[in-house]
Amino acid sequence: MTHFVRVQTADFDLGVEVATLRAGNPGVGAVASFIGCVRDLNDGDAVSGMFLEHYPGMTERELTQICETAAARWSVFDTLVVHRVGALQPLDQIVLVAVSSAHRGDAFRACEFIMDYLKTRAPFWKREATPAGSRWVEARASDDAAAARWTDTSAVA
Amino acid sequence: MRIGFSYNRPMHEHAASIQLVFLARLRERFGIARETYPLPVEQASVAMLLSQLRARGKVFAEELAEGRAFRVAVNHTVVSPDHAIRSGDEVAIFPPVTGG
Repeated sequence: MTHFVRVQTADFDLGVEVATLRAGNPGVGAVASFIGCVRDLNDGDAVSGMFLEHYPGMTERELTQICETAAARWSVFDTLVVHRVGALQPLDQIVLVAVSSAHRGDAFRACEFIMDYLKTRAPFWKREATPAGSRWVEARASDDAAAARWTDTSAVA
Repeated sequence: MRIGFSYNRPMHEHAASIQLVFLARLRERFGIARETYPLPVEQASVAMLLSQLRARGKVFAEELAEGRAFRVAVNHTVVSPDHAIRSGDEVAIFPPVTGG
């Protein structure tokens, strides 16, 4: 089992990443993936672009730990997280999470879990440009709630 | 009693210091990305460090006030206020994260 974690300014290609993730493993019966993109609207304001910064060292460590937690909870082969930093524009891809497993249930759940934990734990910050000037994006309570779901064992199989 | 003193450290350097790192909005507001900071006492708690930083006044008192949303990570792991800081630690203070 391997957890692949990358932080980069360059864009990524879903097809290439998934092909690499499942290459040579005939036991893979499912790959679930998620891509996050830059929207042109946030909190009611037009967004013309954003700058993503992170905390090098802690970011990679935190992402790897999140993937390890997912792999301990569900039956998965490999996990992949690619997160972009630097200047991004609407339509750009920001983040990719992909999980390979024998069956879809584990892949779906592990993928969603990794994404929910990434949103609340991985040290990334967005500064977005709006017509009124640039501003730091505020954390959302809905993201905390999404991550908290996974600790409520009665709610999630 | 100090243990684990680094033998290659110059004698004139402060006996115990940490690396403070400020990120994102806090870095901008404080105008500081990274600084070497003398540890008040060996094994000072995170709460003690925050109290000292608040004493700088102005933006530090405002942003690090009780009840404000920020996180503290020691050596890349988020910790609670009672965590003991050791000489040589990297202590980062940052706003709630907004990636993804």
